[in-house]
Amino acid sequence: MLRNMLRLMVGQPPYEVYLAHMARAHPDATPMTRVEFFRNREQARFGGAGGGKCC
Amino acid sequence: MKHIPWIILAVVGAVCLAVLAVSRGEAVNALWIVVAAVSCFLVAYRYYALYIARHVMRLDPNRATPALTRADGLDYVATDRRVLFGHHFAAIAGAGPLVGPVLAAQMGYLPGTLWIIFGVVLAGAVQDFMVLFISMRRDGKSLGELVRMEMGAVAGTIALAGAFLIMVIILAVLALIVVRALAESPWGMFTVAATIPLALAMGVYTRWIRPGRIGEVSVLGFIGLIAAIVFGQNVAASEVWGPLFTFTPQTLCWILIGYGALASLLPVWLLLAPRDYLSTFLKIGAITALAVGIVVMAPPLRMPALTQFVGGGGPAWSGALFPFLFITIACGAVSGFHALIASGTTPKLIGSESDAPFIGYGAMLMEAFVAIMALVGASILDPGIYFAMNSPAAVLGTDPASAAHAVTAMGFPVSADLLVQTARDVGEHTIVSRTGGAPTLAVAMAEIFSHVAGGTAMKAFWYHFAILFEALFILTAVDAGTRAGRFMLQDLIGLAVPSFRAGTSWLPGVVATALCVLSWGFFLYQGVTDPLGGVNTLWPVFGISNQMLAAVALMLATTVLFRMKQQRYAWVTVIPTVWLLICTLSAGSLKLLSSDPTVGFLAHAAKFGAGIEAGTVLAPAKSMEQMQAIVFNDRVDAGLCAVFLAVVVSLLFFTVRTCMAALREDRPTVNESPAQMVPAE
Repeated sequence: MLRNMLRLMVGQPPYEVYLAHMARAHPDATPMTRVEFFRNREQARFGGAGGGKCC
Repeated sequence: MKHIPWIILAVVGAVCLAVLAVSRGEAVNALWIVVAAVSCFLVAYRYYALYIARHVMRLDPNRATPALTRADGLDYVATDRRVLFGHHFAAIAGAGPLVGPVLAAQMGYLPGTLWIIFGVVLAGAVQDFMVLFISMRRDGKSLGELVRMEMGAVAGTIALAGAFLIMVIILAVLALIVVRALAESPWGMFTVAATIPLALAMGVYTRWIRPGRIGEVSVLGFIGLIAAIVFGQNVAASEVWGPLFTFTPQTLCWILIGYGALASLLPVWLLLAPRDYLSTFLKIGAITALAVGIVVMAPPLRMPALTQFVGGGGPAWSGALFPFLFITIACGAVSGFHALIASGTTPKLIGSESDAPFIGYGAMLMEAFVAIMALVGASILDPGIYFAMNSPAAVLGTDPASAAHAVTAMGFPVSADLLVQTARDVGEHTIVSRTGGAPTLAVAMAEIFSHVAGGTAMKAFWYHFAILFEALFILTAVDAGTRAGRFMLQDLIGLAVPSFRAGTSWLPGVVATALCVLSWGFFLYQGVTDPLGGVNTLWPVFGISNQMLAAVALMLATTVLFRMKQQRYAWVTVIPTVWLLICTLSAGSLKLLSSDPTVGFLAHAAKFGAGIEAGTVLAPAKSMEQMQAIVFNDRVDAGLCAVFLAVVVSLLFFTVRTCMAALREDRPTVNESPAQMVPAE
């Protein structure tokens, strides 16, 4: 749990949950690999207006 | 029967507060403050947060949250409540709750303590919780969109423009604190500068060598940081390298402006993301260590409960307790900026509506606890040292003798030897007039940490560790904020010129970045060149703007309650709204119109304007150009205050109008997403 907490603090949700979601909701699509997923989340955290943190 | 432990806890809290309130003259232990705060927070969480959840919001555990209805494994992920608490807390806690309380300590420890405790319970945590609730019921939409949905397009645009201006001020004041902490300090400057190549190396590591291994790369980075702190002492002592890392405030200001622009244009994986790992983990670690340190050391408070500056005329910031204390401690008691976070990633990650009190209300209580620790830190220092560090050079002069004389004359006896010795202990040339709050907190943290580990010999290490910890997450906030500000600006200009939106071409990005950096750079430069130290001028403007955003968020919450036909519970948000409006409108108009030149911008401009006409140079200006710059800056600051006042008054108008319209309807008119049941497992 601590590992998940620390990873989410820097914007990285668990890859396993993503895989499970893809298997359930989009069984035909190819999910991103672990590295692609990591880069996707990294970009999402800082790439848009949502990257702001508090003072 | 289940209430008995809580009643005991409430009594403990009340006793501690009473001890703090009545003790005068004798030394009070810091633990009284800590226990008072923790008991009040726990009782408030158990009763008030639950009351709001059950009766005001009517949270429904069977109603699916966006993380379930829109699950995508990426942005919308149902998350364990403890994991999400960590995420939300790390996003809201920053430099604000550390710096504000340190500055507020100039009035003594009592006013700040009371405002943090009551402010967070009745206003700050309510605001975060309400915004989280509103966004959670609307697919995790952002504050600007929420205002637009519930109060109309004009109100939404005003709120968005206000939020951008607040961002600019926050970035300027944060950068100013870094400048004040690192100027003329080669040791501190070297350690902070070393984080840039360190972050670049970490970025390369996570990109090509071991992608995604955050834990690994953070441990390596942390070892690098400690090495930089240790090695920094040799750099500072070296005759060749020491001067290379010694910068004047003006030079540092330009370095920061260039750095901010560069960081917001570089790919995020190269600099921003790796530095975010370091700063986030260091922040959480240092805050935990501080809490443990305070409990282990149990230091006595040396600052009086109240100082003579309650009535105004304090050296760190001007103005009387009302209204200025309530804007000086913004983050920690109530922070409008949290409304942007609570309507950001968190509502998309929340797994059940019943987790919302823990995340929304609970994380803010935790931030208030951080603020309490910062206040304790400032209050365990010798008041003589506190005022020698936090008064402007214009009051103190520049050498320890003149500073000791000036501070002793304020009524806080201190010897020049003590000031010299303290500076030597923490490995700095001087501690005189190191304004901005960060160096003061670093001295306090060095005091606490060296008591627990290492003794006096380790003080210099701990001081620079604390400076690094503060500078690192402030810098991360500065470049993440510049990036966020750039996208806000693109959206805002995109309303009028659609081609300006993100993703169309690279040019709007560069233009928006430049505009954003120049805006905060202007205020930073103004603060750096201000002979009164800048923090004096900028911190109140920041406080006013942040509290105004809080008022806007609470007005939105009030509107939503009226539109839910829950108006009989609207007092929950109306009371803090009214209090914040009273504080910010009176502080804002005093800053604008007060005839006292130390408080009012226009009065200050008039005083220096008259000096220019008469051809005399008034201290602390040294030339006619400086006189003109002061007048110009005063007018800009006054204009900014006027804009903030206009934003809040116009949104008040929209709030009243929307609430009246909602009252005339006989059924709810809110725009919530349609309710869906939580799917059965």
